[in-house]
Amino acid sequence: MTTRRDFLKRAMTGAASATIVGVGGTASSVALARETYKVPPGGLGLLYDATLCVGCKACVAACKEANDNPPEFNTVDHLWDTPLDTSGYSFNIIKMYRNGTMETKDAETNGYAFMKTSCLHCADPSCVSACPVSAMVKNPVTGIVEYNPDKCIGCRYCVAACPFGIPKYQYNDPLGRIGKCELCNHRHNDGHYSACAEVCPTGATLFGKTSDLLAEAKRRLALKPGEITTYPRGRLGDAAAPNVNWRVEPDQSYEGVVGNYQQHVYGEKEYGGTQVLKLSGVPFEKVGMPKLPPYSSAATSETIQHTLYGGLIMPVAVLGALAWVAKRNVKPDEGDQS
Amino acid sequence: MSAHHAKPAPVGGPLLNAVTLTAGILIAIMAAIMVVRLFYGLGSVTNLNDGYPWGIWIVVDVMIGSAFACGGFSVAMLVYIFNKGEYHPLVRPALLASLFGYTLAGVAVIVDLGRWWNVWNMYWPWSANPNSVMFEVAICITLYIIVMWIEFAPTFFEKFGMDAAKRKLSKIMFIIIALGTLLPMMHQSSLGTLWVVLGSQVHPLWQTPIVPLLFLLTAIIIGYAVVLFESCVASSAYRRSIEMSLLTPMAKVMLGLVAVYIAVRFGDLIWRGALGLAFGMTLEALMFWFEMACFFAPFLLIGSITQRRNPARLFLAGIAIMLGGSLLRLNGFLIGYDTGGGYQYFPSLTEVLVTVGMFAIEVLGYIIITRRFPVLPREEAHA
Repeated sequence: MTTRRDFLKRAMTGAASATIVGVGGTASSVALARETYKVPPGGLGLLYDATLCVGCKACVAACKEANDNPPEFNTVDHLWDTPLDTSGYSFNIIKMYRNGTMETKDAETNGYAFMKTSCLHCADPSCVSACPVSAMVKNPVTGIVEYNPDKCIGCRYCVAACPFGIPKYQYNDPLGRIGKCELCNHRHNDGHYSACAEVCPTGATLFGKTSDLLAEAKRRLALKPGEITTYPRGRLGDAAAPNVNWRVEPDQSYEGVVGNYQQHVYGEKEYGGTQVLKLSGVPFEKVGMPKLPPYSSAATSETIQHTLYGGLIMPVAVLGALAWVAKRNVKPDEGDQS
Repeated sequence: MSAHHAKPAPVGGPLLNAVTLTAGILIAIMAAIMVVRLFYGLGSVTNLNDGYPWGIWIVVDVMIGSAFACGGFSVAMLVYIFNKGEYHPLVRPALLASLFGYTLAGVAVIVDLGRWWNVWNMYWPWSANPNSVMFEVAICITLYIIVMWIEFAPTFFEKFGMDAAKRKLSKIMFIIIALGTLLPMMHQSSLGTLWVVLGSQVHPLWQTPIVPLLFLLTAIIIGYAVVLFESCVASSAYRRSIEMSLLTPMAKVMLGLVAVYIAVRFGDLIWRGALGLAFGMTLEALMFWFEMACFFAPFLLIGSITQRRNPARLFLAGIAIMLGGSLLRLNGFLIGYDTGGGYQYFPSLTEVLVTVGMFAIEVLGYIIITRRFPVLPREEAHA
């Protein structure tokens, strides 16, 4: 009797302390913790420079066309595609910041500015970690966060998980899917890259390898505001992707004035890094880009899960202890244990 | 273990009465709404949106519904793991409520799934994502529903006189009971871990790496609270005497766990430096204190032994804990959740009616089974 009780007490405190150690470990990020993933070396992405954006929304229209999405109406006359936010049918929109008299572009006070809203293709995406059926996966080579509707069960955990509010569900369709930007990966085999970057008239949205885009972003931040510099358009450098030959384009670069940048490449460090990077003249929080830590929530969540369930070691051990105790407390001949 | 428990026996009586008729009507309304949902999509009957992709069908029907269904697990743990055989008569009724709660939580999930025809991927090894908290929850809940039906099978074996089957099952019952204790510990804690990946979108009063522990503790506590609640309701509805000799000491066990929970909850808030947020003039702060008040209330209601001998007080303490546990889940997933962009959510009437219908199935099922199957202890006075 005493031994059993002692065993039980030890088993219970053992399990409890294991839980606490496991859980506490994540908070203090000790050796157990799963590190935040980094952008893969060949990761593809976009660089959006708000100081170059003129708000023409050619990218919004091109995105709709490339992804075969229907227009969304928010005006009485139902004439124009006017999505107010990204949705299950709008994967890319340009939002506008307005302040006071709106006199100066890219000024925080009495100014206005634009901001592109689309998937950032995180190095360590919450949506991929959340998805129970691997319908949302990160391509190991290009790093594109890809969606497979044939696996998706429509639980919308990805919608809830994303800190940027990117995956969206089509609520008014009985066969609704999740909609989000996949960097036009369905056009890559034809040599086409992201439609938004292809059509951008000012090079405000550039397509390329994230490492190249980051170098370009840092080059711009190092320049003096008002200086003249060369801006590329369309695709930057040789963004290699497996079995893809990008179509040959003439040199589209042009000379322009350097904007008054915030000294911050959004997406370089946020959540461990994102493959889509952004530059802005107005502080990022004012244009709807959340302040995020340099580590991902996926890393925290998976550390907890794998500490508790890794290799099923802890569940099997606890099950063994429980079965051992239950065997002694259940009397088979008693016959009415429900 | 005391040798002479009252054996479970059917309560008997008519199946058609005002309660079952009302439940039937509510279930029919729910069925009609589900048909609309099936042909016109989730948006046709819910107020769900991309800022609040999960509404009451998930948070109330699944998160809270399954926590309310922890009575079977909590009592079985007390009886078989902590060897408190005297609580044995409470096992079957508690297990029955759990069975319904979980089975319906499973049904509620399917109704809420936007692409339900793909649900087999959850059990398809090439689709599995062991990194996903929801994957663990889904597998674990599925297994637990199966385990509970096996745990409850002796009731059906008795009714239909299948003695051989009953004897065979009783030989391996200890494994089923061990599984029936382990699985809810796993998924009830993971239901809380679900919001860890939501990161800073969940208010710091709720977003903590120890949320699995908070959910596990409250699930066990709610389990006892539900037994207090159900015993009182079943006794008054069926005009039976209340098992006070069991409920009074069990309430003390519950109270002890509530004290542990409160210590852990505040310890975590202080350790993370988040407690200060509870003193702002915000909706979150208000809801936090409402939630915590529900956990403090039982100490006022049933703090002393005399109070614990009063069934009305046990009933109220049970309700307070059920409310507190519900608020923890509601606050973290809906009220303290903000994805930005000015989205709003309040459930539509049709959404509420489906949730009500789910609970109506539970009530109807409980009445039918307790009246016709040996679940509640035999009432000696009337026997």
